[in-house]
Amino acid sequence: MFDALAERLEDAWKKLRGQDKITENNIQDALTEVRRALLAADVNLQVVKNFIADVEKAALGAEVISGVNPGQQFIKIVYDELVKVMGESNVPLATTATAPTVILMAGLQGTGKTTATAKLALYLRKQKRSCLMVATDIYRPAAIDQLITLGQQIEVPVFELGSEANPVDIARQGVEKAKELGVDTVLIDTAGRLQIDESMMVELARIKEAVKPDDTLLVVDAMTGQEAANLTRTFHEQIGITGAILTKMDGDTRGGAALSVRQISGQPIKFIGVGEKVEALQPFYPDRMASRILNMGDILSLVEKA
Amino acid sequence: GKTRRGLVNQLKAIVGQGPLNQDAVMEIEALLLQADVGLEATDYIINKLQNKLREESLPSEQAIEYLKEILREILDRPLQQVKNPGFAPEKDTLNIWLMTGVNGAGKTTTIGKLAHLSQKSGYSCMIAAADTFRAAAVEQVKVWGERTNTPVIANPGKNTDPAAVVFDGIAAAQSRQTELLLVDTAGRLQNKKNLMEELSKIRRIIDKKAPDAQVEALLVLDATLGQNGLRQAEVFSESAKLSGVVLTKLDGTAKGGVALAIAQQLNLPIRFIGAGEGIEDLRPFSSYEFVEALLNG
Ligand SMILES: Nc1nc2c(ncn2[C@@H]2O[C@H](COP(=O)(O)OP(=O)(O)OP(=O)(O)O)[C@@H](O)[C@H]2O)c(=O)[nH]1
Ligand SMILES: Nc1nc2c(ncn2[C@@H]2O[C@H](COP(=O)(O)OP(=O)(O)OP(=O)(O)O)[C@@H](O)[C@H]2O)c(=O)[nH]1
Ligand SMILES: [Mg+2]
Ligand SMILES: [Mg+2]
Repeated sequence: MFDALAERLEDAWKKLRGQDKITENNIQDALTEVRRALLAADVNLQVVKNFIADVEKAALGAEVISGVNPGQQFIKIVYDELVKVMGESNVPLATTATAPTVILMAGLQGTGKTTATAKLALYLRKQKRSCLMVATDIYRPAAIDQLITLGQQIEVPVFELGSEANPVDIARQGVEKAKELGVDTVLIDTAGRLQIDESMMVELARIKEAVKPDDTLLVVDAMTGQEAANLTRTFHEQIGITGAILTKMDGDTRGGAALSVRQISGQPIKFIGVGEKVEALQPFYPDRMASRILNMGDILSLVEKA
Repeated sequence: GKTRRGLVNQLKAIVGQGPLNQDAVMEIEALLLQADVGLEATDYIINKLQNKLREESLPSEQAIEYLKEILREILDRPLQQVKNPGFAPEKDTLNIWLMTGVNGAGKTTTIGKLAHLSQKSGYSCMIAAADTFRAAAVEQVKVWGERTNTPVIANPGKNTDPAAVVFDGIAAAQSRQTELLLVDTAGRLQNKKNLMEELSKIRRIIDKKAPDAQVEALLVLDATLGQNGLRQAEVFSESAKLSGVVLTKLDGTAKGGVALAIAQQLNLPIRFIGAGEGIEDLRPFSSYEFVEALLNG
C-alpha cells in the first residue's frame, strides 16, 4: 500500500479530472492517503493529525501554478511541509570555544548509544579532534567492555571506574580527566533507560547537572513505533535534549519516528546510524528523510518540476 | 480492573448509555493504531467490530467484551496448530532454542532469563555464544552464564564463523546429555542478505547435526518497534524457520501491538514476554493479560 503513495495520490486526483484548483472538498481523499502513508511509516498518530492539518492549510492557501496539475502540486506541498517540519538543513554537533566540548548520550535500552558514542568519536577524530569516551553504564553486563573494545578499534581512550562506582561520579571524573588530557571532546555513554523509570531518569538528570553538556543527544532506533512521541516528550521534559541520533537507518524501515522526534522536541536530528561498524555514521539531511518517509524518491523529479 | 474502566469510561463519555456509535469506534481505532497494531490488522479488527454492531447494537461494555474476544482470538489462533502449546522443553532429550532478531532487541538478555528459568525448572542447560561479531557480545553472554550457573560454549577467536560455534555447542550438548541448548545469535537487520544467509546456515547446521532434537526458533521482538516488526517476522521466518516470538521491553509504555499484527498476518504465536532487565523478568505469554494491557490506553 505504502509503496504506491504517489500513485494513489495521482488516482485520488484523477477522479477529479477537470478540476484545476485545490478545494476543501476535493482534497479529502488525498489527505486520507497521506494519513495512511504516514501511519504505515510509524509516524505517531497525534503527530500525523497535526501534520495533516498543516498540509490542508498550506494546500488551500496555495496559488494555482499554470502547467502543473493539482495532483502534482499537492505532492509538492506535502513534501515541502515535511521538509519544513524536519528542519530544512543539517545541524552540526555543538562546539565550544574552550575545550572540552561535552556530549551526553541518552536513550532507551538497545537503541545504539554505545555504538553511536564510538561512531561520533571516530567521526571527530577524522576531523582531527581528539576525544575521550566515558563509560557510565554500570548495569548492563559487559557494557564497559563493549566501550573499551570499541575504543581500541578506533584508538580513542576510554575513562571508566568499573561497575561499582556511581555513574554521576564517573561522568564528573571523566570530564576532569578530559581537561587533564587536554582533549577537544568528551563523549559520555550512559545506560539504557525507560522514560518511566523514575530513579534512572533522576540519575540521568544528575549526570547532566554534573557535567553540563554542550550537546545532549537522544539516541532513537529508526524502527521505533508510536512510542517515539512519548519517549521524546519525557526525555525532553525531564532531561532537556539538544538533538537526536537516529540509528539503524540501514534497515528497510520508513523511519517515521524521525518526524515524531522532531515535532515533539523541536530539536534537530543531527546524525543517522547506517550500520553496525564504527564508520557507519552520516549527517542527517531532512530532505532525504522526508522522501524516505513518504517513499517519494522516485517522484522527486516530478516535485522538482512543480 | 483499571483496564476495562479506562476504555469503557472513555467510550461512555462519547455514547452515554446508548449503543456504540461511529465516534466511539473511531476512538477504538485510534487506540489500536497508537498501540502499533498497524493499519491492516486494525482495519481487520474494526471491520469485525462494525459487522457485529450492524447485527445488533451493543452498549460500551459489551462492545469491549466483543473487541477483546476478537483480539484474543487473533493471538490464540496460531497456537492451535502447534504441537507444544505449553512451550516447555521436552525432558530427557535435546531441545535447541535458536534466538534471533534485529540489533538490540533483547536476545542475549532473554537467553539469560531462559537459562535461569530452565535451571529453576530442573533442566540441564547450556548456551552457545554464536554472536561472534558485536563488541563484547561474548563477555555479555558469559556474565549471564555465570549468573545462572550455565556453561557457555564460545570461540575465543575474533569474527569466527558463528555456525562453527553452533556446531561445537551441539556437540558439547550431545556429549553432556544437555536438555536445553540456547543459541545466542548476533543482531541482524532483515534486509541484509549475507547476514540472513548466515542465519540460514546456522539453522541448517542445527537440523543436520541434531536431527532428533526439538528445535524452536524464536524471533525476539522489541515492543517499542513499529510496523517494521512485521517485515522482520516475515524474513526471519524464511531464514530461521521461526516457531514463535518473544516480545521484550513490555515494562515500558509501548504496547507491542505489532506482535498482534504478526499473529494475525503470519500466524506466529507469541511465546514469552520480557518485562525488565532482571533475571526474573520473563513470563509465559498470556493473551488475556496482553489484551488487557493493550486496551489500557
Ligand atoms: N544495523 C545497525 N545496527 C546498529 C546501529 N547502531 C547500533 N547498532 C546495533 O544495535 C545493537 C545495540 O547497540 P548498542 O550500542 O549496544 O546500544 P545501546 O543503546 O548502547 O544499548 P544499551 O546500553 O543496552 O541500552 C548492537 O547490536 C549494535 O551493533 C546501526 O546504525 N545499524
Ligand atoms: N526494560 C527492558 N530492557 C530490556 C529487556 N530485555 C532486554 N533489555 C535491555 O535491552 C538492551 C539490549 O539487550 P540485549 O539482550 O543485549 O539485546 P540483543 O538483542 O542481544 O542485542 P544485540 O546482540 O546487540 O543485537 C539491554 O540494555 C537489555 O538490558 C526488557 O524486557 N525490558
Ligand atoms: Mg550501551
Ligand atoms: Mg546479543
